[in-house]
Amino acid sequence: MAETTMRIGVDVGGTFTDVVLETPDAMFSTKVLTTYNAPEEGVLDGVRTLVADAQANLSNLRTFIYGTTLATNALIGRTGARTAFVTTAGFRDTIEMRTESRFEQYDLNLQLPPPLVERKDRFPLAERIAADGTVLRPFDDDAARALIEHLGHRPDGEDYQAVAVGFIHSYVNDDHERRFRDLLLQQLPDMSVSVSSEVSPQMREFERFNTVCANAYVQPLMGSHLRNLEQQLHAAGAACPVYLMHSGGGLIDVDTAARFPVRLVESGPAGGAIFAADIAARHGLSAVLSYDMGGTTAKVCLIEDGAPRTAKTFEVARTHRFNKGSGMPISIPVIEMIEIGAGGGSIATVDVLGQIRVGPGSAGSEPGPAAYGLGGTQPTVTDANLVLGRLSADTFGAPGIDLVDEEARVALTTRVATPLGLNVETAAVGVTEVVDENMANAARVHGVENGKDISQFTMIAFGGAAPLHAGRLCEKLDAEELLIPPGAGVGSAIGLLRAPFAYEALRSHYTPMDSFDHGSMNNLLDDLTDEASKFVQSALGESDDLTSTLEVERCAFMRYAGQGWEIPVRLDNGPFDHLGGELLANRFEKAYEEFFGRAIEGLLIEAIGWSVRVATPRPDVEQIKRVDAQRDVLPERTRKVHDTVDGTVVEAAVIDRGTLTVGDRITGPAVIVEAQTSTWLTAAQQAILQTDRCLLVTRRNSDLAHTDSI
Amino acid sequence: MSELRNQVMWNRLISIVEEQALALVRGAFSTSVREAGDLSAGIYDTEGRMIAQAITGTPGHVNTMAAAVANFIEDIGPHRIYDGDAYITNDPWKGTGHLHDFTVVTPVFRKDQLIGYFGCTAHVVDVGGRGFGPDATEVYEEGLFVPIMKFAERGTVNKDLVNIVRHNVREANQVVGDLYSLAACNDTGLRRLHDMLDEFDLDDLTELADFVFQRTAEATRERLRALPTGTYTNEMRVDGYNETVTLAVTLTVSEERIHADFDGTSPSCAHGVNVPLVYAHAYFSYAMLVALAPEMPSNFASLAAFTVSAPEGCILNARHPDPVAVRHVTGHFVTDLCLGAIAEALPSVIPAEGAGALWNFHVSARASDPNSKLPPREILMFNSGGTGARPALDGLNSTAFPSGVRTMSSEATEQVGPIVIWRKELRPNSGGAGRFRGGLGQVIELGPAEGYEFRFSCMFDRVENPARGRHGGESGAPGNVYLDDGTPFNAKGKQPVPAGRRLILELPGGGGFGDPTERDPEASERDRSQGYVE
Repeated sequence: MAETTMRIGVDVGGTFTDVVLETPDAMFSTKVLTTYNAPEEGVLDGVRTLVADAQANLSNLRTFIYGTTLATNALIGRTGARTAFVTTAGFRDTIEMRTESRFEQYDLNLQLPPPLVERKDRFPLAERIAADGTVLRPFDDDAARALIEHLGHRPDGEDYQAVAVGFIHSYVNDDHERRFRDLLLQQLPDMSVSVSSEVSPQMREFERFNTVCANAYVQPLMGSHLRNLEQQLHAAGAACPVYLMHSGGGLIDVDTAARFPVRLVESGPAGGAIFAADIAARHGLSAVLSYDMGGTTAKVCLIEDGAPRTAKTFEVARTHRFNKGSGMPISIPVIEMIEIGAGGGSIATVDVLGQIRVGPGSAGSEPGPAAYGLGGTQPTVTDANLVLGRLSADTFGAPGIDLVDEEARVALTTRVATPLGLNVETAAVGVTEVVDENMANAARVHGVENGKDISQFTMIAFGGAAPLHAGRLCEKLDAEELLIPPGAGVGSAIGLLRAPFAYEALRSHYTPMDSFDHGSMNNLLDDLTDEASKFVQSALGESDDLTSTLEVERCAFMRYAGQGWEIPVRLDNGPFDHLGGELLANRFEKAYEEFFGRAIEGLLIEAIGWSVRVATPRPDVEQIKRVDAQRDVLPERTRKVHDTVDGTVVEAAVIDRGTLTVGDRITGPAVIVEAQTSTWLTAAQQAILQTDRCLLVTRRNSDLAHTDSI
Repeated sequence: MSELRNQVMWNRLISIVEEQALALVRGAFSTSVREAGDLSAGIYDTEGRMIAQAITGTPGHVNTMAAAVANFIEDIGPHRIYDGDAYITNDPWKGTGHLHDFTVVTPVFRKDQLIGYFGCTAHVVDVGGRGFGPDATEVYEEGLFVPIMKFAERGTVNKDLVNIVRHNVREANQVVGDLYSLAACNDTGLRRLHDMLDEFDLDDLTELADFVFQRTAEATRERLRALPTGTYTNEMRVDGYNETVTLAVTLTVSEERIHADFDGTSPSCAHGVNVPLVYAHAYFSYAMLVALAPEMPSNFASLAAFTVSAPEGCILNARHPDPVAVRHVTGHFVTDLCLGAIAEALPSVIPAEGAGALWNFHVSARASDPNSKLPPREILMFNSGGTGARPALDGLNSTAFPSGVRTMSSEATEQVGPIVIWRKELRPNSGGAGRFRGGLGQVIELGPAEGYEFRFSCMFDRVENPARGRHGGESGAPGNVYLDDGTPFNAKGKQPVPAGRRLILELPGGGGFGDPTERDPEASERDRSQGYVE
């Protein structure tokens, strides 16, 4: 063991910290509780445990890769730094006025999320850049110095710990932002400063200003956390570099992460998407729906040709039932996912219409589902699964939790069955059907938003609760195939080990195709390439042989003049020539047709943003050949399970996943149990164990109607 | 199990119409649809009764569309409805209140039987005529009027109609593009519906529609009991085009329904702030739902509980050919008018009055020097004042109510048009004082970019008549409109903003709720430290 190289991935989540250790021939994993006060400690604990399990030595650690929800938590819990925001005179309230709309139209008592930086801490400065980058109102050094003086000495002694700077149109011309930053660092050299043209050079002031404020807000906290972690790892004997997963699904070094900590938001879920993308590549799948369901939420991501779908902006810290518009926008490159309040702990209720509703409220880990016997009285998805027999106390697999069937029944009866006049099993079917329907609907809507028909996609399911629901979800989405990978319970942490070194640089630059200037576009793209390469190379170190083989992906965000949605258009890597505008317009029309079914003639086409992603090449992965069924597994035991399709009681096989060998076929109805999760096969499904120990779930017989009735 | 089956299908229908709406948002050209969310989408049974409505959308469309489909069935004629058809109109009286909204309805056939309809509405960028603004004196001047007719028959698009539209509107490509987008979004809904019916092995929507209507009707009746039966009245004064308008309502509440009668309301005026009754009906229904049954889905059964009447020719029941282009300016006040009527009966529910109507404006930017070859540009912006204080919460600062639309980014607006927005921030001291303070309005300062001047179309209200407070709360600040050199500007109608000048808009604040002396001292201190009150 001593001679082998070892890699560790750590994903700090809201409840659990997942740790995965990988050597060339084995993988070990564990879950420990997240330690909120000093997150480094929980991480170190988990690492030591696992290194001991593997009988290894930390000095042999080659890479340490880290994903964390701490930045997200600081934004949700408002536990960041005392932050000042300096902005263009006339725009002091942009981050407070938001979109001037109500995200919930029928709530007279609606409360909008408060801005990250309060009005009294927002300071206007006289200056103004125009949309084309020219100066409308010059920067005034004296006014800036006076403001900085004020920022440095608050009368109440509660000095600012961070300053965010966001000026109008700074994504076109960053001169004023840089001048302010330079002056500020002259006068207050120790201040943590973030400027919007560096953090998020994208058009739309609400989103960009909010992003730079978020970066400043979490910077002091994340900076010290990351440095502590690095020190403690080194003190523990690990001499290796530390890398971080960013929200776009690539790795960056600690220095970059400490400068742009907002890029760490949602890095854990990004790990999950990378995990699924890796499985997709091994199985040669070009269209995949990754489905991650834990205790509180479910996340769905589209992965095509091995790459998770990305976006330029997303919303974090939604305050209201995961409603769009109830959180704060963050404009950074991100793996695009939909997240809905559907997890094992999601609470079931009956509304005024007599309809069963599930989520978004969650019983969390305290008190947890009623079945945990920790005082929870509200029925959850986990309780419904237990009543249906899909989960059972003897195979639940979470250490220290003994499921109590009776508690689940009482909760479901009181809160769902009795109000609706149903028996408890039918109520439980209702709860699982509703949560599955919610997830299926969200996935379909996400497909429409991206112009995709997801019934053609293969699903890859991971996260503690996903394998129980994935089979039924596939039936609802009419998806043909489902893969349940080994290690599904700690998929996001495994994903960290599969991620490339990557950085995406983005910039808004308004470019109508009828006045396309290929020279200046080539310069812009070269600048973006340099910027992104710099971050990747800084992470790789100079000696690394990967620098010569970096992959560059360039993209324009385009639309018809007058439209508000841009669609991404992939570019070739060579420079544009004088026909660049025409070429780009043709590419756009093809992409538009794919999205909307038809191009529109006679309209001007424009690009409004550009991006360059630089990444280490994806390693060649072993291609998994499909294995057909070689033998049927005869169950040693069965249990009674209520089928959610027709409500009948069936005798379901109970199979221990660890005992299966490649080519084994299990025919539904069946429960396949393992340490961190259970897989449920409906009566219409079968599963075959593949050579990489993925379960491949398909329809048992294509002649069977997949949904008769419920 | 049929109970669960119906529940699941009901959820699915709502998801289907949401997909339909998103397909429209993605495909649309009109700024108001894609940036501001000014659209709606729904599914109907064979009698034109709405079964489900997308959550994406705004109340003015939601509830007007509920009534529109029955008009389509009647005007097209049941015997002329074929598979592959799509019907269209922008009739303000049979659609959603002004010519700028096009509604498209698509019949759904399954196994050769008509089983229902999809419908959707969107605000297009132009319909010809004078352009978007209140200045016309008859609807004929406001643009092209397309009566209910076939946009497509058995899959073939009516090219003559498309050609007529193309030759009568500015930005023809965008408008025609939007008509196709409307039809395409119904097709998205149609495909998803067939998938669902396949999955559940159904041939029609009858049983499901009955389930939805029965459940909703029962629950709605249950909710209406919160309001004691009897009559309730209210009056409100708003600015109108150039003379004060009185809006009046009498609500009659019975066990089964609530009826609004707008008798006592001023007659319609000579310019386009008049409201077809369908639109007033929509904002009345919205008021009742938001106050009494906020969790109720919008469908035929929930909306059937709310009926209206009004003297013909009053400003809330405009007759053809009254001009109606900016019907929202008057129509948005219907919600506060009706909420005010039941405020005494529901003292812990109903907020104070707010800014109400959106402060939208339309700018025609033209080169100051006609020989400069700078292209003309049209710019539309949506902006909101403050909402009224709530019984236990301050009002919302610069937030739309009752409308559901969003504002646009200043940077994005400046990228597409020669405008400079110098200032867009909260307006201190504009929220009405009270135990709970009204929401603040905002101040916008804007001017033409170098080389341009503006023809600026105003459609602003609450300049003469501020939002009133409730239960001792004070009124919000009224709005103001003026040029930076002090030249006064009319709040309604098209006026010039010369090159080099700036226009200043001070948007109204919301009314306060409760006695200002009872305000929590901490809240007052916070108002001062944050600069909400100076």
